[in-house]
Amino acid sequence: MAAAARGYSGVWRRAWQRAVACNARGGAVLAGKSGLAPWVPVVGLEIHAQISSNSKLFSGSQVQFAAPPNSLVSFFDASLPGTLPSHQNGSSAVVQKLLTGVLNRRCVEAAVMTGLALNCSINKKSLFDRKHYFYADLPAGYQITQQRVPIAVNGSLSYSLCIDNKMSQMVTKTVRIKQIQLEQDSGKSLHDDTRSQTLVDLNRAGVGLMEVVMEPDMCCGEEAAAAVRELQLILQTLGSSQAVMAEGQLRVDANVSVHHPGEHYGVRTEVKNINSIRFLAKAVDYEIERQIEELENGGTILNETRAFDSKLGCTVPMRDKEGKQDYRFMPEPNLPPLILYDAKSLPANMNHQQVVNIDWIHERLPDLPSVKRAKLVEQYGILPEHSFTLLVLAELWKGEGKTPLEIVKEKKLELIQDQKELEQICQAVIDGQENEVMAIKAGNRKVLNKLIGLVQRETQGRSNPVLVKQLLEKKLSE
Amino acid sequence: MLRASLREVSAALKEGRVTPTELCQKCLSLIKSTKFLNAYITVAEETALKQAEESEKRYGRGQPLGVLDGIPVAVKDNFNAAGIETTCASKMLKGYISPYNATVVQKLLDQGAVLLGKTNLDEFAMGSGSTDGIFGPVRNPWSYSRQYKEKSVPKSHSQEDEESNWVITGGSSGGSAAAVSSFTCFAALGSDTGGSTRNPAAHCGVVGLKPTYGLISRHGLIPLVNSMDVPGILTRCVDDAAVVLGTLAGHDPKDSTTIQDNFKPFDLPNLTDVSKLSIGIPKEYHAPGLSSEILSLWSKAADLFKNAGAKVIEVSLPHTRYSIVCYHVLCTAEVASNMARFDGLEYGHRSDMNKSTESMYAATRREGFNDVVRGRILSGNYFLLKQNYENYFIKAQKVRRLIANDFVKVFGSGVDILLTPTTLSDAVPYMEFIKEDNRTRSAQDDILTQAANMAGLPAINVPTGLSERGLPVGLQFIGQSFQEKQLLTVAKWFEKQVKFPMIQLEVKRHDHGAFQHQKSASFS
Repeated sequence: MAAAARGYSGVWRRAWQRAVACNARGGAVLAGKSGLAPWVPVVGLEIHAQISSNSKLFSGSQVQFAAPPNSLVSFFDASLPGTLPSHQNGSSAVVQKLLTGVLNRRCVEAAVMTGLALNCSINKKSLFDRKHYFYADLPAGYQITQQRVPIAVNGSLSYSLCIDNKMSQMVTKTVRIKQIQLEQDSGKSLHDDTRSQTLVDLNRAGVGLMEVVMEPDMCCGEEAAAAVRELQLILQTLGSSQAVMAEGQLRVDANVSVHHPGEHYGVRTEVKNINSIRFLAKAVDYEIERQIEELENGGTILNETRAFDSKLGCTVPMRDKEGKQDYRFMPEPNLPPLILYDAKSLPANMNHQQVVNIDWIHERLPDLPSVKRAKLVEQYGILPEHSFTLLVLAELWKGEGKTPLEIVKEKKLELIQDQKELEQICQAVIDGQENEVMAIKAGNRKVLNKLIGLVQRETQGRSNPVLVKQLLEKKLSE
Repeated sequence: MLRASLREVSAALKEGRVTPTELCQKCLSLIKSTKFLNAYITVAEETALKQAEESEKRYGRGQPLGVLDGIPVAVKDNFNAAGIETTCASKMLKGYISPYNATVVQKLLDQGAVLLGKTNLDEFAMGSGSTDGIFGPVRNPWSYSRQYKEKSVPKSHSQEDEESNWVITGGSSGGSAAAVSSFTCFAALGSDTGGSTRNPAAHCGVVGLKPTYGLISRHGLIPLVNSMDVPGILTRCVDDAAVVLGTLAGHDPKDSTTIQDNFKPFDLPNLTDVSKLSIGIPKEYHAPGLSSEILSLWSKAADLFKNAGAKVIEVSLPHTRYSIVCYHVLCTAEVASNMARFDGLEYGHRSDMNKSTESMYAATRREGFNDVVRGRILSGNYFLLKQNYENYFIKAQKVRRLIANDFVKVFGSGVDILLTPTTLSDAVPYMEFIKEDNRTRSAQDDILTQAANMAGLPAINVPTGLSERGLPVGLQFIGQSFQEKQLLTVAKWFEKQVKFPMIQLEVKRHDHGAFQHQKSASFS
C-alpha cells in the first residue's frame, strides 16, 4: 500500500505539471518523456442527472432524498412478477389519458428542456430498450433505457476556462453532446463488510435519469470539471435537475485515453466513483498520467473500468467489472415509442396539456447561465469571471428575492470605474514597494505581476488587471 | 346444475333456483372428487365461500353485480391473485403470496365471480402438455370418460391400465381446461402465447378463446413473451366466452399495450344466414403430421359452410413454415429477459449458497427453474448477444412482420375468417408424450396456433367432434384484429351445427385405494 502510494504521488506530481502545461497552451498536447513522442489525452464524459420530479419515471412512487429505506417502492419498482411500466398513480385524480400516460410527463419535459438548452435535435420519436445485467440494486435484472433512438442528439455545450490559474483570461471551449437519453435509476447497495452482507435500498430504483453523453472533446481534468460545472448550472437554471453531486443527483463517469498526435485514439478506460467536481479533475488527470506512464514503460492499457479512490487520489481497477459485459440490448416490449410534437405536427384537436410540445417548451426556456452572464457583464461592467461567481450566488440566494444588481452592490462587486481612484491606489502600491520597483526598472518585468496582485488585493479584486497593468507601467516609466 | 352453461346457471342464480353458496360448495366438492386430475394447484376454499356468501347477500337484496355474480371460476396459476399463492408451477415461486390482483382477476372479482382456486400449468407456461410443472402433470378428464373408455381402454379394465392410459390435457393452460371440462367451474382463465389456451381447449373439448393482442390487460399476468402473451378464456360454449370477454376487455392504464378505444361488450347474434361469409382455408395448415382424422374433420367443416351458402376458398399464408423458428428466437429472447428478475433477492426461492452474490444467483436459478426454463433462457441470451442480435433477433422480427402481412393480405382480399385445425392429433397418452422432450413437442404442437400470436390476431378453438379413440378434436377460427364479435358469431354458428357431445365423466375416488363409482347423473 505504501509503495503504491509513493508511486501514486510521483504520478500526481507529473499530472499536475502536465495539467498546467495543458491549460497554458490552451491546447491538448502533452510532452512525452524526454526524447519520446508527445501525447494527446482524450476525455469524454457520461453524466447521469437525476430528474427533479415528484414521482418516478414509470411508476407513481414518490421521489424523495433520504427517506426510510424501501419506503418509496411500488410493486413495479421492486420488479414483482407480472408488473408493467405505467405512470398511473392510484391516488392521482388527473389521469392523463394519452400519449404520455404511461411515462412520467415531467421527466419527458425535463429531458426536452435539457436537450434544447444543449442545442440538441429533439427526436420526435424515441424508443425504449432493456439493458441487461445482474446486480443487487437492479431488481428486474435489466434497466429500461434508450439505446437505439434517444430523446435528443447532436448538441453542444460551451464552457469557459481560466488560463494559467490566474483568473485573468478566460477562454471559451465547446464540447459536443452526443445524446441525451431517458432511463431508470437503480437502487442503492450498501456493503456491510463486517457482516459480509449487502443491504439494498430500492427507494431510488426507477427514478428518472437523463444520461448526457459528452464526446471526447476534452483534454484534461480542468476542462472536464468546467464542462460539468456549466452543465450543472444549466440543469439548475432549467430546474430539470437539482444536480447536487453530494446527494447523488449528478454522477459523472469519465472515459479517458491517450494517443500520439496523428494516430488512432488509444484504448480507453472508464473511471467511476467520482463524488465531486474537484475529484473529477483529479481523477481524470491522474488517469491520463497513469496511462502515459504505462505506455511509455512499454505496457498496454486495458479497456477496463476503474474506480477513483479519493483517499489515495488514484484510480484502481474495479473488482466487479472485470471482463467485458454484453448487455444484450432488446427493445422494451411493454412501452410504445415516445412521441413528441411541435407546432407543425400538433394534431388540431390537441392542446399542450395533452401532449409534450417541443416548441411550447422552447418558448418558455429561461435564460441560460451563459446568456445571464453576458447580460451581467454588459449591463454592470463587471469582469466575466465575477459573472460566474454571481450566478452561483444568484442561485444560492434564490428565493430571497435579491437581484444580481442588489448582490453586486451589497458585495461591492462592481469594478472601480473611477480612473483617478485606481491611479491613486496604483501610486500607493508603487510607493510602498521600493525593492520591487527597483527590480522592474532594472529589467525584471515579472515582478510587475506582484504589483498588479497587490493592487488587486487592495481593491478587493474590483480592478481590471489589464487596466492596472497599463497604469503601473505608465507610472513606472515616468 | 354443474353441467349447465355459465349463462344458464347465472339465470338460475337470479331466479333463486340455486344459491351462490350451494353452487360454490358443489364445485368445491367436485374438485375434491376429481383431485386425481391434478387440475388445481391451490384451492381457495375459505375465500371462495366468503365470496359466495357476499354474492348471496347481493342476490338477496336483488342487486347482483352482473351476469358473473356468484359464478365459480378458476384462474391459471401465472396470474397474480392477492393473498393466494401464485407459483407458475415453479420452485422459484413456490410459497410466493402475491400482494396484488392481476387486472383480469380484479375485474372478475369486481363482477362478483367466486374464485375457486389457481390451476396447474407447465412451469412458467412453457410447454404444450401441462406436464412440466413441479406439481406434476394434469390429467385430461376425457381419460375418465365413458367415450374414451369404450374406445380405448383394453378389455381388462384394471386400475393399472387406466392409470397408464390417461391422456394429457395439452398445454400450457391444461389445468384451466381440465377444470372447465370436468365441470368444477364455469369459466377459467388461461394464457396464450403460442397456443397455450387453444391447444388444451381442443384436447379437453372446451371453447378456448385467444383475444386480439391489446384487447385484454396483461397487468398481473406473469409474462412469457410480452409482445405475444394474452389472457385466454376457457368456457364450455361460445356464448359464455363472449360474456367473460365482455367483462375483461378494455383499456387498462396499468398496461400500456392495451388499446385506448372504448370496448363495448356484446351479445352474440344467432346467425342463420352465412351466405355473405367468406371462409378461408389456408393450405399451409395442412401441416406434416396432421392426423387423417383431423384432416377429414376439417374438410367436413369446410363443406358445412359451403353447403350453408358461405363462400369457402383456399388461401395461402406462405410464411407459415418459418413461424416455428421465428417464434423460437423471439420467444426465448423475451423469456431470457423476463426471467432475469428471478434472482432470489426480493421474493421467491433463494438458495442457501451464500459465498457471493453471483454464486447465490446461479444456485438460486439452477434450483428454482426446471430444464425447460433454463434451456430457453440460455437460448434467448445467446440470440441477444451483440454478435448475434442482428442475425437472429432482428431477422426474426422481420420474419414476424412477413407472417403478419400474410394475414393482412388474405383478409384484405375479402376473406372474413380463416378455418384451420387446432392440433395435429387428439390427445396422446402421457406415457407416449413424455418420450419426446418439451422443446420438440412444443415445436410440433404449436405449428397451427402460434402464427395467430405472432400476428396478434384473435383465434378460437371450437370443439368439433370425437376422434376414433373417443377423444375431443377441435377446429380453430382465426379472425381479424379486434373483430371478436364477428369471430365469435361465426364460431357460435359452427358450434350449433356440430353439436359436440357432452363428456360422460365417470369419477372414481382414488383416495385410500377405495373405489366409489359415481354416476354422471350425480352432477345434475
